[in-house]
Amino acid sequence: MKQLTDLEYLRLSRFGKFLYKLKRFFLHSVPQAVINFFKRLWNVIKKFGLAIKNEAVDIWTTFRDGTWQTKVSYLIMGFGSIARGQILRGILFFLFEVVFIVYMIVAGGHWLSKFGTLGSEGMHMEYDEAKDVFVQVSGDDSFKLLLYGLLTILFIIAFIYTWRLNVKQNKLLDQITRSGKKVKSGKDDLKSLLDDQFHKTMLALPLTGIIVFTVIPIIFMVLVSFTNYDAAHDGYSNLFTWVGLDNFNELLSWNSGSSNLSAAFGEILAWTLMWAFFATFTNYFLGMLVAILINKKGIKLKKIWRGFLVLTIAIPQFVSLLYVSKMFSDNGLVNGFLMDMGWITQPIPFWTDPILARFTVIIVNIWIGIPYLMLIATGILMNIPQDLYESSRIDGANVWQQYTRITLPYMLFVTGPYLLTSFIGNINNFNVIYLLTGGGPNNPKLLTSGGSAGSTDLLITWLFNITTGAESNYKLAAVIGIMIFIVIAVLSVIVYNVMPSTRNEEDFQ
Amino acid sequence: MKKNAETLPQKRHMGMSTKGKISNTLIYILLVVIVIIWIIPFVFILLESFRCETQGMAGYVVPKQWGFDNYVRLLTQTDFLKWYGNTLLIAVVTAVLQTIIVLCMSYTLSRLRFKGRRFLMNFMLVLGMFPGFLTLIVLYKVLSGMGLTGPNAVPGLILVYCASSGMGYYVSKGYFDTIPKSLDEAARMDGATRFQVFRKVIMPLAKPIVIYTILSAFMAPWGDFIFARYIAHGSSAGYNVAVGLWSWTTKTSVGTQYTMFCAGGVLVALPITILFMILQRYYVEGVTGGAVKG
Repeated sequence: MKQLTDLEYLRLSRFGKFLYKLKRFFLHSVPQAVINFFKRLWNVIKKFGLAIKNEAVDIWTTFRDGTWQTKVSYLIMGFGSIARGQILRGILFFLFEVVFIVYMIVAGGHWLSKFGTLGSEGMHMEYDEAKDVFVQVSGDDSFKLLLYGLLTILFIIAFIYTWRLNVKQNKLLDQITRSGKKVKSGKDDLKSLLDDQFHKTMLALPLTGIIVFTVIPIIFMVLVSFTNYDAAHDGYSNLFTWVGLDNFNELLSWNSGSSNLSAAFGEILAWTLMWAFFATFTNYFLGMLVAILINKKGIKLKKIWRGFLVLTIAIPQFVSLLYVSKMFSDNGLVNGFLMDMGWITQPIPFWTDPILARFTVIIVNIWIGIPYLMLIATGILMNIPQDLYESSRIDGANVWQQYTRITLPYMLFVTGPYLLTSFIGNINNFNVIYLLTGGGPNNPKLLTSGGSAGSTDLLITWLFNITTGAESNYKLAAVIGIMIFIVIAVLSVIVYNVMPSTRNEEDFQ
Repeated sequence: MKKNAETLPQKRHMGMSTKGKISNTLIYILLVVIVIIWIIPFVFILLESFRCETQGMAGYVVPKQWGFDNYVRLLTQTDFLKWYGNTLLIAVVTAVLQTIIVLCMSYTLSRLRFKGRRFLMNFMLVLGMFPGFLTLIVLYKVLSGMGLTGPNAVPGLILVYCASSGMGYYVSKGYFDTIPKSLDEAARMDGATRFQVFRKVIMPLAKPIVIYTILSAFMAPWGDFIFARYIAHGSSAGYNVAVGLWSWTTKTSVGTQYTMFCAGGVLVALPITILFMILQRYYVEGVTGGAVKG
């Protein structure tokens, strides 16, 4: 799309300007962002290839030019370090190699050999000669095979990395001895952990936790999405195995025969995005409005008003959400009150009518969200220079103009990243949906082979129900999880590239 | 408004102030309505917890017969105290461990510069895009392999809550970012190691964010419901309050245990609310700071 010059742009009418901006956003900025993303991706791949090549060259030259200690270290890790006085490092390297080799012989080989098939025979009957009966014996366990296979592969990667470190270390030692400097002792190494290498000390515990409890499980679930792991293939009585992209096909193809999974997925995805949009922006604008009202000059007892709202943050959400859910149920307080007053004869189906239920969850979510937004908005509003308002009033601006020309742009600029995080948070807003409606009311259109879903089900609650429900459709849950990830990642990439203020974190320091 | 009014001609002044008064009155009315809407469910829950005549749901709020029956029943005939103890234990341990982990992580990413720092932050950003429940089944299987599910869910939950808490470093990193770098540099000039800078220079300044982290880590387990329910797996001894109270609102038990749910809700909400009110200032600072930093 052609970019207008400044002069041409200024000649446009107000509406024309808006239209131009809108067009430009969708026809220029968004495609540009996508193109940039792939360009960057390609660069990363190129860099990666180059890095591998450099590593290989370095490993070879280190060997060629190295001393005999270095050469031995290629086989016996840590030898070069010990031989040149770095006892502590050397022993650690050597121990790691011993543990690795022992593990691979004792267990690793076994896990690895079965990783390709995920087991050949599950629980089965076997003839026991001594007792002359058939007894049930447990066979392979696909789940374990998959998990330990993955762990073994990760261990191998860790070993290769450590081996590379060992080579690098020897190269460094070669250089140091050649130039006649003193080699760092183990004591120096330990000391540096509190100084130069302090980040390693600090990050050791947090990163271990993240790797063990987040990274490895996520990789595992990504692998599960390529298997047929579900209630019918539970892994020990009935093994599961690799099925390639079948699960993705089933979820994404629109003509997958008997199953209407893809239609259900489309519908739930659409509602998830709709929900995230309304939940984010209703909260944002109404929260801002409340903050502005309380902030207004001349309003007294500001602290009290805020205090009341903030109070509601403290109360655990499950209490308030469950209670509100009951309040709006067919025999709950709201319907009871309205019927007592004689305003209605039938209870209003807040949670049982599909459209009304969707509407009600958004309304209740406003009730939940406004106090947070009020807090955030208050903090930002106070930072807006007051003289902007003063001078705009002298120029004759009314309240609405002040809002659209000063307050809103400032808020949007400062809270841009927050809006994105909050949108993503709402895509995954499990609590509100699950505690209010449990995903209901049941929607016959969403009854699939993979598990049923209701009208207010988000992808995340659907995922949860599929995992914990009777179907235990783990493979589908994994695929949905990956889909959620893709939706969020694409969204984030676009927003970050399009956002006017890409922030530089060093600016704040 | 007042200051501005003085500089304006008399007639205009009169008009503005009446207009201002009317709009202020409207705002007051609006604020009162808002506060009522926000507070009223909690008033209702309190009232219903004192209802003695029926135990199910009713279409009215004010009890016809007041009393502490529900509380007595709650404390003597159910596992509520056990659940409460579980949750308190989880909350205290999590608050301590999580604070240590988050502080280590956020301090390092904020104030130390090392190779791989940017990569690490981007990596965690991407990790955070995966939905949390994706890994539910793996965590459950691993914990059950370690014997930490069902009645022993408490240590299992603590492990899950703390292990990945390093990923929630954003707010506290934002705080560390605002402490001037010159402080570190001055201390380093005087020969302090990085560890000493952390312990003696920055930590004393970080009290607000430490309190914020403790407070939010302490409050989270009271509301967690999904992991807790899945890991406790139907075994009442391993429930936390959220799972326990939730089980009283299901279709089968709401008819007889609804008022007990209200009473339980009050007992859970009260101490947390009081704690929160005392430490509110820190919480507000954290929330507002975190949002601006993004």
